[in-house]
Amino acid sequence: MNPSLTLGPNLFHWPAEQRIDFYNRIADESPVSTVYLGEVICSKRTPFFDDVHLPAVAERLERAGKTVVYSSFSEVVIKRERNILMEWSKQEGRDLEVNNTAALLHLKDRPHRIGGLLNVYNEDTMAYLAGQGATHFSLLPELPRAAIARLGEKARELGVGVEVQVFGRASLALSARCYHARAHERTKDNCQFVCGDDPDGMTLMTMDEKPFLTINGIQTLSYGYLDLMADIDDMRAIGVTHFRVMPHTCDMIVVTRAFDDVLAGRIDVAEGEARLRELGIEAPFVNGFYRGRAGHDWVPRVTEMA
Amino acid sequence: MNAMVKPELICPAGTPAALRSAVDAGADAVYCGYQNATNARNFVGLNFTPEEMEKSIRYAHDGGTKVLITLNTFPPAGKVELWKEMVDLSARLGADACIVADIAVAAYIRDTYPDLRIHLSVQAAASSPEAIEYYVREFGVKRVVLPRIMTVSEIRGLLKEIPCEVETFIFGNHGLMVEGRCSLTNYVTGQSTNMDGACSPAACVKYERADDGSMSTILGDYMIDRFGPEETAGYPTICKGRYKCDARDGGYYAFEEPISLNASTMLPDLINAGVHAFKIEGRQRSRAYVKKVVAAFREAVDSIMAGQEPRLADLVALTEGQKQTEGALKTKKWR
Repeated sequence: MNPSLTLGPNLFHWPAEQRIDFYNRIADESPVSTVYLGEVICSKRTPFFDDVHLPAVAERLERAGKTVVYSSFSEVVIKRERNILMEWSKQEGRDLEVNNTAALLHLKDRPHRIGGLLNVYNEDTMAYLAGQGATHFSLLPELPRAAIARLGEKARELGVGVEVQVFGRASLALSARCYHARAHERTKDNCQFVCGDDPDGMTLMTMDEKPFLTINGIQTLSYGYLDLMADIDDMRAIGVTHFRVMPHTCDMIVVTRAFDDVLAGRIDVAEGEARLRELGIEAPFVNGFYRGRAGHDWVPRVTEMA
Repeated sequence: MNAMVKPELICPAGTPAALRSAVDAGADAVYCGYQNATNARNFVGLNFTPEEMEKSIRYAHDGGTKVLITLNTFPPAGKVELWKEMVDLSARLGADACIVADIAVAAYIRDTYPDLRIHLSVQAAASSPEAIEYYVREFGVKRVVLPRIMTVSEIRGLLKEIPCEVETFIFGNHGLMVEGRCSLTNYVTGQSTNMDGACSPAACVKYERADDGSMSTILGDYMIDRFGPEETAGYPTICKGRYKCDARDGGYYAFEEPISLNASTMLPDLINAGVHAFKIEGRQRSRAYVKKVVAAFREAVDSIMAGQEPRLADLVALTEGQKQTEGALKTKKWR
């Protein structure tokens, strides 16, 4: 199978105009084959973009030849979230990516995708979900290579896709509490959408001023940006079929072209990595999870990995 | 409140000694795990060998107490066999239920031991009727342990919609991350909460005293908190640390203060709502702690069921940082 480059769901709360411009540019200039759309972090944000602009943006991307997949909520608690999820689950025409088990209740025996926020850690769980209609699995960022290799093997046997995030901040934790609101001494109900001030998330520093984590509403992400460009060939060999970059405010056309050029063999990894390092991202790049180390580590690729 | 169901009191047992204390203090059920990655409290010096489990189950059953075995982590690909072996062992030893989070583990129990009760762990993060119904439909889950994020009135509403029993936490650790959906420890240490049962593992912890008398608590390469000379340094759990951000002057508890859940004043409401079981957190706690907390809640539940005012023992001395909260149970304002 030819490897595919995908653009994951935008995790952050960007103004609607910025999002529309962003996806227009992706449609016109980015080589990604698939774009995931839809709010996955906070249901309070949907009136700004999803409820109004999503269909038009999806159509625009499809006219540009992209496959559009809808990505759904990671936390489903209140009635409104449950209702939206049920509606989305019934929708025809586009695949739904599931980030909470609540959606699985509605999707039995209907094709759907499993998102990178749903816990699929092993081949038995993958096979179980595939048996109920899952066709594609986006893996959790914390999985080490050894586990991905076993999942890749099982996916080949099942005929399902396997997607790994190769660029952007990694999701580390979810909560029912909004930490963005908390930082501003507000509650989730009275948040006044302060998360919109931080289009790549809010940096948390340690008491000795070392950047550590990133807050995005109820989500906690890594401070470092994942960069698994050097591992793409290795991942292809162990059964990864799709490579996901996550939207950030850096130039995502440059990012997606760099990954596409490496995937297609037009440039080597050193050149691709050099391009990523010219983007002006302040945070360090990290790849520890894939290498079976602490996630914040950057482990240079030396020779063959175990 | 005339047709009240008497909720079971579910008590932690990190060691065989703690298990005996819990049984003797009146636990209706104890929960405990094996000495490996199959349980979410895979800490040095805790948990049971197969031989200890066998003896402990016998002790508990002789005392009329059930034993629920925690197999509540997520086996990484290539290692599922260990979890299956622990299911086999638990079934052979006569466990009353297994508490599970992973779909593969639940499916294995359903297929192999259809008579073994499955309780859905809080680690599965089933926080809606739909998620719970999914696990009941697929695996015949008999009870769900609810995430610590719901108010009593939300729990009451939930109980009307779901076809299984409900267990809620009433005392102990009060983490705010959705359990089963947190890889902060792995980001810092390389050990995973979900796959290895590790949470701020002790081997990665350092305490450093500075010249000004302040004490820093460190996990891996990161300072999790810094305490003044007069403050008592807490354990460096990532979600209980103090950090800085642009919106704040100085350090603040970005996630949650070191504080413990104590729902003792909410027990009548929870019983009235129809909750089937009350869970006390703390498998990492001492035998003396278990004895005191279990005895206090045994007395409280029995009094309420007898229509009397419960005599609530003062448990604040046993809580983390000597601070307590009703958590999410009372109001959703904490969100």
